[in-house]
Amino acid sequence: MLSIKNLHAGISEKEILKGFSLEVKKGEVHAIMGPNGSGKSTLANVLAGREDYEITSGEVSYNGKNLLEMSPEDRAREGLFLAFQYPVEIPGVSNINFLKTALNEIRGHKGLPPIDAKDFLKLIKEKQALVELQGTLANRSVNQGFSGGEKKRNEIFQMAVLEPTLCILDETDSGLDIDALRIVANGVNKLRSKDRAFVVITHYQRLLDHIIPDFVHVLYDGKIVKSGPKELALELEKKGYDWVKKEFVEA
Amino acid sequence: MSAVLDKPVMIPMQLEGEFKTLLAKTFSSEPDWLKEKRKEAFEKFSDSGIPTRKNEEYKYTDVRKVFAGNFTAIHNEAHKLNSIPPSLGEGNIQLVFINGWLHKDSTLSAKLPKGVIVGNLAVDGLLNHSDLLKKYLDSAGDSLAQLNSALWTDGAFIYVPENIKLETPIEIIHISTGEKEILASPRHLIIAEKNSSVSIIENNISLDLNVKGIVNSHVDIFVGENSKVQFYRLQNECKNVSLISSTNVVQEKNSHFDTNTITLGSEWTRNNLSIALNGENCESHLNGLFITNGTDLIDNHTSVHHNKPHCQSNQLYKGILDGKSTGTFNGKIFVARDAQKTNAYQSSKNILLSDDATINTKPQLEIYADDVKCSHGSTTGQLNEEALFYLRSRGLSVDSARNLLLYAFANDVLNTIRIDSLKNYLEELVNKKLAK
Repeated sequence: MLSIKNLHAGISEKEILKGFSLEVKKGEVHAIMGPNGSGKSTLANVLAGREDYEITSGEVSYNGKNLLEMSPEDRAREGLFLAFQYPVEIPGVSNINFLKTALNEIRGHKGLPPIDAKDFLKLIKEKQALVELQGTLANRSVNQGFSGGEKKRNEIFQMAVLEPTLCILDETDSGLDIDALRIVANGVNKLRSKDRAFVVITHYQRLLDHIIPDFVHVLYDGKIVKSGPKELALELEKKGYDWVKKEFVEA
Repeated sequence: MSAVLDKPVMIPMQLEGEFKTLLAKTFSSEPDWLKEKRKEAFEKFSDSGIPTRKNEEYKYTDVRKVFAGNFTAIHNEAHKLNSIPPSLGEGNIQLVFINGWLHKDSTLSAKLPKGVIVGNLAVDGLLNHSDLLKKYLDSAGDSLAQLNSALWTDGAFIYVPENIKLETPIEIIHISTGEKEILASPRHLIIAEKNSSVSIIENNISLDLNVKGIVNSHVDIFVGENSKVQFYRLQNECKNVSLISSTNVVQEKNSHFDTNTITLGSEWTRNNLSIALNGENCESHLNGLFITNGTDLIDNHTSVHHNKPHCQSNQLYKGILDGKSTGTFNGKIFVARDAQKTNAYQSSKNILLSDDATINTKPQLEIYADDVKCSHGSTTGQLNEEALFYLRSRGLSVDSARNLLLYAFANDVLNTIRIDSLKNYLEELVNKKLAK
């Protein structure tokens, strides 16, 4: 589904990703862990198509297409979804109206007619329950006045409505208390399916107690330096990133 | 400065001669007090002339450019219209004026409560209620306001007596039309006596206007004790015409005044809005929205005079500027010595969509009381790139994300409109105007 080969990318002439490679297949959950400054957010932003980042070399193919040539909106329409680390507040833009517009853009791209108003309401209700998001929040301006936890839940709520095939979670656990973490993780787990893949980017292991990954990768200095099964996350938690750093430097 | 330079600025048209002609003919049957008022006003106008850009108040707006041409103030009501523009809301009372004259087909069919007058200034006002005109026709204002005080031909006359709440909105439509370069001088007078309320929409449009026109309008609004007046000014379809408006509002105690100035399709516009809070516990809301492109010019000047304690004023002006257009917001707040516990807020927010668009914002606060809360803020920027990316990352095209964000920005002002039909009409218009 997603194939990243030897990706070099950066911002303001500073190279951050230095030969990043990853293969993600349908139905898989990949966790990408790494210390601060290792390139985690850059990876998320580059995949979502943020124009501030410059890609100097490498390939990213998504369902056989060159992802790097696609606009952010086309990536979304093709089923890519980024749950932002810091979802932006957009005063005056109704969460629901925006989501309806987004859903219809995606449906249109698939050759489907716009969703019927009644069906949309039903869908909203159902998906809200998934992340225990109150109806009043869904009706407010996008993220405006939301708490940190509400913003993250809103991200997963949008993900649930738009039904992407590749979900990238950028530090979704940051700023969440235990209860919010559990709710967000439950939401994600309910969305797991054999056709949908996840790339979960996180600094801490605790999110992975709830969202159990199939693979864990350690990102350091712009590339993956270690990969393993879910147990790797626990080991990291115990030994700290220094352990990997040291191994990397020695190698 | 030498005596020569102190002389008033000459204006291209022979206004003085025209004024004399108007006095001898058009205004000849008017009562003496009014003719005197006109003469005084014309003198005041002549003393300072058409403002130049050396005048601080007209620094960004060259009025003399507007007056350069063969404009004439002498014209009459002979203009015919094929049809009156449709009402902005079902059941609204419509008063139609063409080039400053009453159009015969104004619809006044709505049943009005006893004592309410919705008519024109020249007949309903001057003939039947001369005393009210004498009392309420305000002769304050800058030289352009004086010019209107001298030359006004006709306009709306709206009188709401004590204890009457008029539910039906009144639409004052001013149409600029014709084949001559005309200086039109409409003048409206709105009086809401004690415990009354009224909503008014002033809609300025131009129709089949093939030459340049100037509309120098003036509105006096009196908001009596415990009364509520809403005044919505629309300047949306004004091709070939330069709009100048002077609006003087006087509020008595416990009164409430809401106004919106919506300028969405006007080539050249200068609005002077002045509010005097002359009683305690008054509330005023001044909102404005303008969307410009091409070489449009919009200049909103407001001045709020807090003359008594415990009053509140709020100003929110928003602009979206594209092309080579220019916008100005100059907001003054005066707080008199005994106007303690004043709350006065002012905010001007602008989005520049092009590198060639310009916005000038200038807040001016003069505060002589010591126990007040006053603030002003001004922001100017481009579209929020973060928000744009967020929306695109959910599948919205650049254009639809942009439109959504701009609409949200504008909607802040539209949300303050309390007449649903008007709000819906404007929402649609704004969407259309912003659509790319």
